[in-house]
Amino acid sequence: MATATAAPQKGERISRPAGVALGLLVLALFLLPVVGGTYAQYVAIQVMILSLFALGFNVLFGYTGLLSFGQAGFYAVGAYGCAKLLMLKPSLLFGVAGGTLLAGAAALVLGILCIRHTRIYFSMLTLAFGMMIYSVALKWRDFTGGDDGLVGVPRAPLEIPGLLSINLATMGRYYYFVLVVFLLAVAVAYRLVHSPLGLTLQGIRDSERRMAFTGVPVRRYRLIAFMIAGSYAGLAGALLPALENTVTPPIAHWSTSADPVLATLLGGIQTFAGPMVGAFLLFIIKDIIVRFTEYWLIWLGIIVVVLVMGFRGGVASLVVERWRAFQRYSRGG
Amino acid sequence: MGTIVFQGLVGLSVAMYLWLISAGLTIIFGVLGVINFAHGSLFMLGAYFAFTFYGLLGWNFWLAIVLSLGGTAAVGFVMERFFLRYLYGVDEAYQLLLTFGFILILDDAVKMIWGGVFRIPPIPAFLEGNWSVVGRPFPVYNVFIIVAGIVVGIVLWLGFERTWWGRTIRATASDREMANAIGVNVPRVFSGVFMVGAMLAALGGALGSPVRVASPGLGAAMIIQAFVITVIGGLGNLPGAFVGSLIVGILSAYGTLLFPVFELALIYMVMAIVLLVRPQGLFAR
Repeated sequence: MATATAAPQKGERISRPAGVALGLLVLALFLLPVVGGTYAQYVAIQVMILSLFALGFNVLFGYTGLLSFGQAGFYAVGAYGCAKLLMLKPSLLFGVAGGTLLAGAAALVLGILCIRHTRIYFSMLTLAFGMMIYSVALKWRDFTGGDDGLVGVPRAPLEIPGLLSINLATMGRYYYFVLVVFLLAVAVAYRLVHSPLGLTLQGIRDSERRMAFTGVPVRRYRLIAFMIAGSYAGLAGALLPALENTVTPPIAHWSTSADPVLATLLGGIQTFAGPMVGAFLLFIIKDIIVRFTEYWLIWLGIIVVVLVMGFRGGVASLVVERWRAFQRYSRGG
Repeated sequence: MGTIVFQGLVGLSVAMYLWLISAGLTIIFGVLGVINFAHGSLFMLGAYFAFTFYGLLGWNFWLAIVLSLGGTAAVGFVMERFFLRYLYGVDEAYQLLLTFGFILILDDAVKMIWGGVFRIPPIPAFLEGNWSVVGRPFPVYNVFIIVAGIVVGIVLWLGFERTWWGRTIRATASDREMANAIGVNVPRVFSGVFMVGAMLAALGGALGSPVRVASPGLGAAMIIQAFVITVIGGLGNLPGAFVGSLIVGILSAYGTLLFPVFELALIYMVMAIVLLVRPQGLFAR
């Protein structure tokens, strides 16, 4: 069985203090609606959406070594797909699953083209194809609503025919839906990157040629990584229409592709949790900057330049390094 | 028939802006091995500088263009000398990320300085008016652009093939260690080439500003078309960039006529076909 070889590597095994911290964090997330108001729930949902978006991006960038600047395209396919389906049949699971699958399918088609190249070419191609999706969202007025986007998307109830139907109209209830989806998706991603698949992807990143020599179909694995990233972007996007009740073309624009890039860079590419930590930090930074100025992109740009010039490991790996050093110190070694 | 010829000429003038920006992009890649994501933003800066010196201050048209090239080259110098230079040794993903950061900075800086609205300098008086082409009015300014693009192409070709500087740059491009060993000041060549690339982008922006409008989103729109062109023509290949520009420019001119809604999609389709048939680009060695 494949699972037998999928034991976590030594460095990645979750230690007891980390496990306790993780448990407390999840507990805090479940208690948030009790403590915080609607705005806190709204922001928390946004952070979780961006976390999923960035998590998928990092499977491609951190684990496989492919830097995509076009993830907003798949994010938009997920969002528009989900919105269209919800307007057709108001059932949340139907919309979210449909949007995610559509984004995965789009990633399959465009992935076949994009993975013909790696490195710089790959980045350019993803940017170009991402903007192709943007131009479709903007110009195909009959289907996407053009500039105005799709408005009046219902926050549909969670329905499983013949089994249950839960009304999610309030922010608090929708929060719990997003939280459950988020936790499941993170768990799946964790399993994926710590499975033989994840190791193969890292192997391709570190030495494509050696992996090819050992008989690994490199391109097929790259395509799989591309589809995982696209599906996670699509899932993140699919959670959006029911939250905002509208979908507009800017979500497909390349500046939206910058969000997972920034979050991942901020949190760190070498750790699994990095993109999620980064998504959280990005929201805090945005929140602080927009209080002072409307020009927050320039500050994000400066942050990117500073990170690239000085802190290529990101915040999460900085913390991990400190923690390991502390452990060595406390063991007296 | 007349429509085909006329629209072809329109496409040719569009192709010249694309040629100026993708020439800079491809030269920088060829020598430094870096893709400058912010190259479209330099194009945009050129347009705004031209607007300021010519449209706002009312200085001489040619002087305004020279100043716009100089200003953009200065920005390019800062980008290369104080930032990119320290990243030549690391993974190229970080070079992309750095120039990506520059897009964010330059786009917002432009909004802060010139506002979020469109800025359009007037067409200089001596280039105003129309010529009659196949019985229709064709702007003289477009003829000027076409001539300018071709002149730049010839100057670049002569510069690279026939001058000492051109030989030095080609030597550095093909083997920087060897060039360094025989006494070429490689860092200075890198700075110089980056500035030349920036000036080419600025020239496109400055010449284009009266017709293409200076706006904060201009940089992103241009860089994506430049990427499509380099994928079609082959990265680091100057003739490829020229032919790629012609293909994209002329196709988009016919595209706006035939299927206005999916004009852009047409260009991406061509790119996808090139990728499938000849992934290294039409002109790659």
